[in-house]
Amino acid sequence: MSVQTWTFLIVGLTFALYIGIAIWSRAGSTKEFYIAGGGVHPIANGMATAADWMSAASFISMAGLISFMGYDGGVFLMGWTGGYVLLALLLAPYLRKFGKFTVPDFIGDRYYSNVARTVAVICAIIVSFTYVAGQMRGVGVVFSRFLEVDINMGVYIGMAIVLIYAVLGGMKGITYTQVAQYCVLIFAYMVPALFISLTMTGNVIPQLGFIGTVEDGSGAYLLDKLDQLHRDLGFAEYTSGSKDMIDVFAITFALMVGTAGLPHVIVRFFTVPKVADARKSAGWALLFIAILYTTAPAVAAFARTNLINTVTNTEYAQMPDWFKKWEETALLAWVDKNNDGVIQYQKGAPFVGKPEQVRENGEAVRGQYGEVKITNAPSTDNANELYIDQDIMVLANPEIANLPAWVIALVAAGGLAAALSTAAGLLLVISTAVSRDLIKMQIKPNISEKAELWWARGGAAAAVLVAGYFGIHPPGFVAATVALAFGLAAASFFPAIVLGVFDKRMNREGAVSGMIVGILLMLYYMLKYKLGYFGGGGKDDWWFGISPEGFGTVAMVVNLIVSFTVSRLTAAPPQEVQDIVEDIRIPRGAGGAHAH
Amino acid sequence: MSGKNLQEYWKKNLGYVAILLAIWFLVSYVFGIFLADSLNAVRIGGAKLGFWFAQQGSIYVFVVLIFVYVYLMNKLDNEYDVHEE
Repeated sequence: MSVQTWTFLIVGLTFALYIGIAIWSRAGSTKEFYIAGGGVHPIANGMATAADWMSAASFISMAGLISFMGYDGGVFLMGWTGGYVLLALLLAPYLRKFGKFTVPDFIGDRYYSNVARTVAVICAIIVSFTYVAGQMRGVGVVFSRFLEVDINMGVYIGMAIVLIYAVLGGMKGITYTQVAQYCVLIFAYMVPALFISLTMTGNVIPQLGFIGTVEDGSGAYLLDKLDQLHRDLGFAEYTSGSKDMIDVFAITFALMVGTAGLPHVIVRFFTVPKVADARKSAGWALLFIAILYTTAPAVAAFARTNLINTVTNTEYAQMPDWFKKWEETALLAWVDKNNDGVIQYQKGAPFVGKPEQVRENGEAVRGQYGEVKITNAPSTDNANELYIDQDIMVLANPEIANLPAWVIALVAAGGLAAALSTAAGLLLVISTAVSRDLIKMQIKPNISEKAELWWARGGAAAAVLVAGYFGIHPPGFVAATVALAFGLAAASFFPAIVLGVFDKRMNREGAVSGMIVGILLMLYYMLKYKLGYFGGGGKDDWWFGISPEGFGTVAMVVNLIVSFTVSRLTAAPPQEVQDIVEDIRIPRGAGGAHAH
Repeated sequence: MSGKNLQEYWKKNLGYVAILLAIWFLVSYVFGIFLADSLNAVRIGGAKLGFWFAQQGSIYVFVVLIFVYVYLMNKLDNEYDVHEE
């Protein structure tokens, strides 16, 4: 069977599975819609959290990103896993004991203020929309590459699927589809990784192959060989960093704290029956995430070595089929600067911008050696002739390693599972923010449960449409704002929640002023140094040498200082709030989540 | 449960959290970032140790830390009789 047939088959089967689960587990009450009825097994919740957390970017782009960053890629690996330790130790058990449905619920009640609640709602919506736009785009991209449909068509199909199970099933439907999606995505990630590890290092476990020797008779360690290749081609050594240490620290910290403050992750811990389960569930979630996150750097190193070996100083005519196929997608491009028909791969950009192909009647035009012609002006300051998009490292891996057609189809299904599961989790946060935190808690407190459920479904449907719009017309600032999402969460939610649990004296004035100062500072820094407002500025102007991606760390510290200072200068919180804090510190009496 | 016991329970919990977070900080920030260059003189298999902590080791330790916390707290909850039925 061809790759295309396999892809239709496997993707079709997984979609049928997701919709089947959604129909079986549709929500009948707001409690089921918001927190899946509160009866999810901790291991199931761990899988759902892992799928919720690992997006199209984790699945498709991360290994490629690391393979181009080398050591510096560790900021993502540590940053996106270390946050779960903070979640398990500082947030999840207490929020579970508190027993409400959303993060703004906690902030609003703990700080006895609808202003605090509204600030939290706004943050939740900004963070989630930022994220979800990228996911819908990811769905479109995967569809277009593997099923050869238009990207926009891919976005529509993705919207339809998510609409069915998010609107129908709410958190309950999402939870059980995410469990299935985790299984699909981890299987799809591991199969090619195991194959490649075995062929390259003779060890089937990628994590061991990563630190093992290359299977080419030389007996050299893989990472030593890769460092050598990098030196030969004029790149920095793979295992050494090129970022400043302070910035590596700040980015890692901001990602960890931001992860622990993301509402779509936190809300998953409301769905387990007990406080002890919330702790346990965070452990399972991280274990399931770690399987992919410890494989990714191995895949990155394998793919990098493979790629350099295949292309460097080899005639274009001898390139394997996958090279020519992926050229068509503009993820690969070659300009023969010195007209020798041989690919020279070195440090530097081969040409200005992304490849612009010459196309006639929808077909790419090929040049004298058979290469896809591009119109970009070649850069003259280096001899590099090859353009490689980082996404190709995972997407083309099965072909590079000569794996069978069904594995290639599996990767498509895995990428879709990763994108859909994250999109659904985010959409739920948005719909809940509308139906519960705004309508029920602020505008119409007397609303019936049935009407609230309809608001929740309507909110989810509206959110899908908006997300789809952003997927089709991606705003240019999406890449910049994903970092902003972490920074925002780090600068707002994380301190407010942690102080709410660990500092009984923390009051409304302190928390609200801390959140507002933290968010504004973060926004200012991002707008100035990422998007060029307020006079812009480059690397040399950064405060303390910290990039906008890492600035969430600074904004969080400022939030903490402001919160602490203001709270000590204003009145202590009322006695009943202090009693709440005492109560959430002990597990007993958690029971089910309650609406009032 | 009396107020004194509750305070004691909370203090022990904070002690566990402080120790586990110190390890969390040590493996990621100290081993993986601040001392990475010096640790790179040592090797684990074919990987330099600082590099390995940044891309592998810290993640393994994170997983272990959470399960250790689960174990410690389940024990503590029973000891102070604040566990859930």
